[in-house]
Amino acid sequence: MERYDVAIIGAGMSGIAAGIRLAHFGKKVCIFERHYAPGGLNSFYAKDGRKYDVGLHAMTNFADPSERRAPLNRILRQLRISRDELRLCPQKGSRVAFPGVDLRFDNDFSLFESEVDRVFPEQIDGFRKLVQAVRDFDDSEFDYPYRSARSVVRDCVSDPLLEDMIFCPLMYYGSSTEDDMDFGQFTIMFKSIFFEGFARPLDGIRNIIKVLLQRYRECGGIRKMNTGVARLETSEGKVQRLILDSGDEIQADVVLSSAGLPETFALCSPDIENDSQPQAGRLGFVESISVFERQPESFGWGDDTIVFFNANERFQYRESQDAVDLSSGVICIPNNFDYGEENLGEGVVRVTALANYDSWKSYDPELYAAKKERWRPKMWESAKRFLPESAVDWESECIAHDMFTPTTVQRYTWRDRGAIYGAPRKTKDGTTPLSNLFICGTDQGFLGIVGSMLSGIAMANAHALR
Amino acid sequence: MSKDECKQVVLDIIAEIAPDEELGDVKPEVALREQLDLDSMDFLDIVMELRKKHGIEVPESEYGQLVSLDSCAEYLTPKFNALV
Repeated sequence: MERYDVAIIGAGMSGIAAGIRLAHFGKKVCIFERHYAPGGLNSFYAKDGRKYDVGLHAMTNFADPSERRAPLNRILRQLRISRDELRLCPQKGSRVAFPGVDLRFDNDFSLFESEVDRVFPEQIDGFRKLVQAVRDFDDSEFDYPYRSARSVVRDCVSDPLLEDMIFCPLMYYGSSTEDDMDFGQFTIMFKSIFFEGFARPLDGIRNIIKVLLQRYRECGGIRKMNTGVARLETSEGKVQRLILDSGDEIQADVVLSSAGLPETFALCSPDIENDSQPQAGRLGFVESISVFERQPESFGWGDDTIVFFNANERFQYRESQDAVDLSSGVICIPNNFDYGEENLGEGVVRVTALANYDSWKSYDPELYAAKKERWRPKMWESAKRFLPESAVDWESECIAHDMFTPTTVQRYTWRDRGAIYGAPRKTKDGTTPLSNLFICGTDQGFLGIVGSMLSGIAMANAHALR
Repeated sequence: MSKDECKQVVLDIIAEIAPDEELGDVKPEVALREQLDLDSMDFLDIVMELRKKHGIEVPESEYGQLVSLDSCAEYLTPKFNALV
């Protein structure tokens, strides 16, 4: 039977980062991935000769190199990777767009602050009080008690419009809980988006994944693709054996799973005894990606990189009742990062919206395709409400299109309900009822590309390296 | 191994862990945390690199011995010399 010090389930950002740490310090480690491609929830693919990113709009947490304690700089040190290798290009600027109101922001926090002052002058003191509360929060300890972020924000800011405009990007990028979130999580998201900001490599996420895999390989880490873990056989409070899809048996001292909390529990046989079985995430998304021959700068839309929009009086971040919820969403124009002399070649516009997993799951293949066709123009029209009048005609000028739904996410990541942001309850310290089984990635609680890497690193450090 | 050589070993490890730190002016008697921007993950890496590169074990209860270059030298030099 193959034997490893650590078996890692999932070759996504957190699994590979954990693998790098473990392999670097001499642990015999193997990453098992059921898909043929690495990247997990943040993977990449090609279609009709074009390269697409699965999840990536932008990498958040784009802190300045001088911010030593910022998550991005910490992970670069921990993984022994140089910033240059990631070839990150900063955003040009983004916007939160509600009816009649825009708040712009970019990688310099002073812009956002001045916009809040411009639009909500009577709220600026409260806003600064909130910003201080975010700065003061100590996120180094894993086990802080839950505190409603809405209640903290309302203590500072009395205008519900400003409150909703602050929450909109933080929720979309991304919260696994409806309506509210833990204040600790709020501070992490606030810092990553407003203090630090967005960036993207010219080639998208594949560039980051390539660098990670190379490092992992250099460290002597082993990776098996097309090799899913079917079952974790447990007894005496431990995982004794991993059984692969093929039926092969693997032994490991420690198992670190990035498959998700409910998903990992479901792998265990016999079932884990637990007072409350972890629930799957309820928040699903659809995303429509349109490709144009010409660059978006000719559309008359300006340099907006990301637009977080809401059309209703109150912003609702909830499981969609309809197959797609058009009342809010995110527009991403990957061309609008500062790539220097280079550009993407073609114009790309991505529109994201909340979606209902059960609806999409219920369609047979023919209906599923028809529904996607039906929603495509509606999503485009939905986005256009929050963009300036444009010269581009989708019907005649869109040369390629792709769309993913919650079932797409489920198909390639095996996450319950295709929940991109995972389960609503996270295991902040990564532990499970089994003494040698740990969770990393989205369901440990750190989100985003940088967040997931930090999760893999932190969980590997805490549970497999001491 | 002399204490000075031991200090250099520690500095070499720190240079690898935190390549953007200025190590030229590090005062040996002052706490490393006060002169350099090292967090708890970095300190853990110092311990682990000592094990990986030099086979030296530092139990968690003794992490405090690594507070400054001088204290590192006091604590680690005998451990290096015990390996030979």
